[in-house]
Amino acid sequence: MNKLRRFIPGWGIVPVVIFLAIWEIVARLNLIPGQLSFPPFSSVVIEFYYLTANGILGENFLSSLTRVLIGFCAGSIAGIAMGILMGWREGINKTLHPIISLFYPIPAIGWLPLLMLWIGINEMLPITIIFVCSFFPVLYNTVTGIRSVNKDYIQAARTLGASDTRILATVVIPLALPNIFTGLRLEAGMAWRVIVAAEMVAIPTGIGALLIQAESLIRIDIIIVCLMVLAVMCFAFDKFFGYLEDKATAKWR
Amino acid sequence: MPSITLKDVSKYVCQAVNLEIFDRELLVLLGPNGAGKTTLANVIAGLTDYRGSVFFNGAPVDKLPASKRSVGYLFQDLALFPHLDVAANIAYGLIAQQQSRERVDIRVKELLQMMKIAHLSSRYPKNLSGGEKQRVALARALAFSPKVLLLDEPLSSLDMQTAKYLRTELRQIQRNLGVTTVYITHDLEEGEEMADRIAVLQNGHLEQVNRPEEVFFYPKNEKVSDFIGAPNILDCEYCRSLGKGVMEVGCRDLRIIVPHDGNSVHRVALFPHDIYISETKPPGPEVNRFRGTIIDIAPADNVVRIKLKVGGTCLLAEMPYHIFEDMDLAVGKEVFLILKLRRIRVYENKDM
Repeated sequence: MNKLRRFIPGWGIVPVVIFLAIWEIVARLNLIPGQLSFPPFSSVVIEFYYLTANGILGENFLSSLTRVLIGFCAGSIAGIAMGILMGWREGINKTLHPIISLFYPIPAIGWLPLLMLWIGINEMLPITIIFVCSFFPVLYNTVTGIRSVNKDYIQAARTLGASDTRILATVVIPLALPNIFTGLRLEAGMAWRVIVAAEMVAIPTGIGALLIQAESLIRIDIIIVCLMVLAVMCFAFDKFFGYLEDKATAKWR
Repeated sequence: MPSITLKDVSKYVCQAVNLEIFDRELLVLLGPNGAGKTTLANVIAGLTDYRGSVFFNGAPVDKLPASKRSVGYLFQDLALFPHLDVAANIAYGLIAQQQSRERVDIRVKELLQMMKIAHLSSRYPKNLSGGEKQRVALARALAFSPKVLLLDEPLSSLDMQTAKYLRTELRQIQRNLGVTTVYITHDLEEGEEMADRIAVLQNGHLEQVNRPEEVFFYPKNEKVSDFIGAPNILDCEYCRSLGKGVMEVGCRDLRIIVPHDGNSVHRVALFPHDIYISETKPPGPEVNRFRGTIIDIAPADNVVRIKLKVGGTCLLAEMPYHIFEDMDLAVGKEVFLILKLRRIRVYENKDM
């Protein structure tokens, strides 16, 4: 019964339905002033079907998804590993912190011109951008998480005979997980925003490229389809990491 | 179990501390906040660097890291790992020391039963009460059979009733296991109840190390006396049992009735806040009621300390400032004193 309930939409669906209905009515009755073309929701759904059926949406979506997954995974793994090292070893933190502090505030998309010159316009470019976009925030959150673990837990583990490696693996990292997941959740959404920007500017395939092509053909329905795909992906990534975080920490938090 | 010797140990506020803790003894480290009690415990546990030497059974352990000293440490905030359930918390030290799975399981079960927390084994610390957490933390500290046990104000966060109950239990467990123990507290009453000996620490200096009653009735200096509440200590010249657990004692020209069931009373102690002052003659029987003259009045924080002369004896009394304001007390004025019977403490020197 509980499993069944999970699939029955709750009251949260009501505002969405109302919003879509208003959208449909406003577009059908042509209530938007000026020359702005505004397709009704039903046209967007039909266009979604066409784009899916002829494989254009799937192909571009998969290109973007592959880049996000590779860049995000690589950036996050590197960020977590480096973050653990910096958080655990004061010497490494003191050495690297000034450099990280310098690079962290640079918006990921700001690296694009430099990377276009260094890497060239190829598949590595969006992956590298996503790597940079994920690496610094995940690193920052991991360092914060590791360093904010109560020192009493570490000392308690030490008096119980645990080695430094064991303390790190069994006490510090598990207790830093909430912070690490916060970084991952934030950056999973950000990765999609950045990939679209990169594809719009420099890469001929992917959701961002489809968006920019639709803009040049003044196909607002396709633009809205792409935006909806992006919204769903950001939402799905956020929910996925939320689920993982719950699995890992809900019992004891 | 080892004896512990600290030789010229210096760290932060603690300077050149020398202390010997005997085998199987429970030594209470007593002192106000910031006296250096936790620092000394951390030195013994090897959790901090320090100057000087620490010996376990005469062998130096200065080069041993905390993980090799075999010290069970109960932290002030207990430091139970929040991400591990009760059984896993208790097993942590055993697993860290690479004991076999079967041995770990047996020992965990043993401790769960000893601490009467078997029903909590799969709960997480967030779902435990203060007393339950305390038991789990103690079980974890004892799990790997440490040579030394350090208890850093372990009951400070508990309500009075639970704390009192757990104190008795803690003492019993310590005696049964015979583990050399250092118990840190700033509470004199708690210290007296737990200690084989008390070490009074103030500003990093060990002021006195003695049996509890000796610390109380023979404070070595003014600092110790002030810390334990500056009691009026009176030598008794004679004592006479009145039966039913009360005695009459004579201290100079005062005849005081004290609650005591023993053979003799050597000294009595009256806390300043346990001496009531009245401007009029109090009603009731003439027991522990005296007439005295105020010889000094000294305000201190939110209390007023009043020195009185009762016959040939000087007594210090204390009252809250707001009560003093409502009374008309002045130096030279004659007042009545009442001693609270149940608050009078007695010292019976059994060695004599």
